[in-house]
Amino acid sequence: MRAPEQEAGAGETLLAVDNITLSFGGVRAIRNVSLDIRKGEIRAIIGPNGAGKTSMLNVINGFYHPQEGLISFRGAERRRMKPYEAASQGIARTFQNVALFRGMTTLDNIMAGRTLKMHRNFFWQLVHWGPAAREEVENRRKVEEIIDFLEIQAIRKTPVGRLPYGLQKRVELARALAMEPDLLLLDEPMAGMNLEEKEDMSRFILDVNQQLGTTIALIEHDISVVMDLSDRVVVLDHGEKIADGLPAEVQANQNVIEAYLGVSH
Amino acid sequence: MLYREAGQFKTTYEADQAMFPIAQDRIGVLVILAIALVIPLAASDFVIASIMIPFLIFALATIGLNILTGYAGQLSLGTGAFMGVGAYACYKLTTIFPDVNIVILVLISGLFSAGIGIVFGLPSLRIKGLYLAVTTLAAQFFLEWCFIRIPWLYNYNNSGAIEVPERTGFGGFVLAGPASPPITRYYVVLGIVIVMTLLVKNIIRGRIGRTWMMIRDMDIAAELIGVRPLAAKLSAFAVSSYICGVAGAMLVFFWLGAAEPSAFAITLSFQILFMAILGGLGSLIGCFFGAAFIWVLPVLLRTGLPSIGIEIGAETVEHVSRMIVGALIIFFLIVEPHGLARLWQILKEKLRVWPFPYA
Repeated sequence: MRAPEQEAGAGETLLAVDNITLSFGGVRAIRNVSLDIRKGEIRAIIGPNGAGKTSMLNVINGFYHPQEGLISFRGAERRRMKPYEAASQGIARTFQNVALFRGMTTLDNIMAGRTLKMHRNFFWQLVHWGPAAREEVENRRKVEEIIDFLEIQAIRKTPVGRLPYGLQKRVELARALAMEPDLLLLDEPMAGMNLEEKEDMSRFILDVNQQLGTTIALIEHDISVVMDLSDRVVVLDHGEKIADGLPAEVQANQNVIEAYLGVSH
Repeated sequence: MLYREAGQFKTTYEADQAMFPIAQDRIGVLVILAIALVIPLAASDFVIASIMIPFLIFALATIGLNILTGYAGQLSLGTGAFMGVGAYACYKLTTIFPDVNIVILVLISGLFSAGIGIVFGLPSLRIKGLYLAVTTLAAQFFLEWCFIRIPWLYNYNNSGAIEVPERTGFGGFVLAGPASPPITRYYVVLGIVIVMTLLVKNIIRGRIGRTWMMIRDMDIAAELIGVRPLAAKLSAFAVSSYICGVAGAMLVFFWLGAAEPSAFAITLSFQILFMAILGGLGSLIGCFFGAAFIWVLPVLLRTGLPSIGIEIGAETVEHVSRMIVGALIIFFLIVEPHGLARLWQILKEKLRVWPFPYA
């Protein structure tokens, strides 16, 4: 449980999604949904399968472009943004099914997250000497901090394809943290994990939020995790928003109970 | 035991990120370099001109293809044509600037190849995998057609082939042309290949190399981390084609001495592709393994079979060596689909814990 003074959500709005509608041909994945994410909070997005949660994340980091509605990040409205532009503005993301670079080691995967922090041009890279080598070492130092933070020192030089699933998820979080994001989107970070791994991951998410001050948007199916971690919860069902508020309010909301358990007609 | 890094402590990230962080590797590389430098003193002209020089040139071309296919994940069947662009560009350059050192022209001619590579790399933004391979195949046929149909490229001579004129440099050495001694050409080729391999290694272990591998392994995640697919793919095409172009120019100027358009036909593309696949995609040392396997082994078989007492006709030797090489390729790809480089890596891991089965 989080401290009550943080629950109030005193922060200003970091990301605002206004009346978004997203459709693929005839399928309307998201219908007229608005939500806001405040600076410094953990915002959970929950809902049954196919509710449009992942689509919402894809809209936020520019992978899908909604047909209607506005998105503003840090107060600036954005239109048809490319994913790498979202990345350069400080939005990082992990994926539901691990999307690591399988041919690379853990270290290289996390270094990959530093791509936008490295600027030496092609010719410096060619000689790999002087400024280019310094830049590489500076970023390595930052990456090592993250490796320490997430306690994955032992697998630093291991190709990620050989790692167990739980560790792969953790490396993916490390890679996202390497971007030093303002907004971190976590798509089911605990899917397929055992209890111990879930507890570890929950601890890391809280640590990231509290120690690094990163704002987090979280999609998760494990309701007890969501209730414990999040400051505010938004519930989507069939692409529509059916509830939004504090975890306890959402838990008691009749629409939410019906969406999850079904309702007799 | 033999290959254990125990006791070699790294106290800085610089040392940990060095090109050869393990002492045994450093010694090994120095030994190989020393052998490469003294080989010409012991070996015959045949060995230098027919084995070592083409081996190094093919290894470089394989590195070029490996950047595109092995590191950036973009399958290409146009390697032969990109090598041809380098060769023809070098031929035109040395016609226009006969006094400029041929080594410099060889290095410049790669730029033309890089330019063409970028143009034919543009479809890669929309097309992936086998479909991209088909568009590079179009590049292969189109460029080959250019080499035949544009007489300006071969100075309107009657044979339709490019012939290397005599070029001297570095204080009177005959670097190219019929009168050039193999030993001179060998050292020039060796120098270019070593330097370019080191530069490529630097790119691969830096930011740009990582963006290539990110695009290869998971392009969606790469984009969300901030990689521009356009820049990453086109830079891979440019660097790859540059190296292939340099290799192509060296192929004609330092090895063949003359070349017809058919020298850069699709068979060359496939030969380089096989070297890359057999050696190991995404590995630099694999390029040398692959080039050695596919180029050196047949030559050794051709000369070696008769000398160990198996007396057969010249053409039969040719057929037998092809059969043996073909069988070996299949054998190695079954044993290790990721190529000889992976076998080498597994061997190193085993040696690390030898005589125990695991650490």
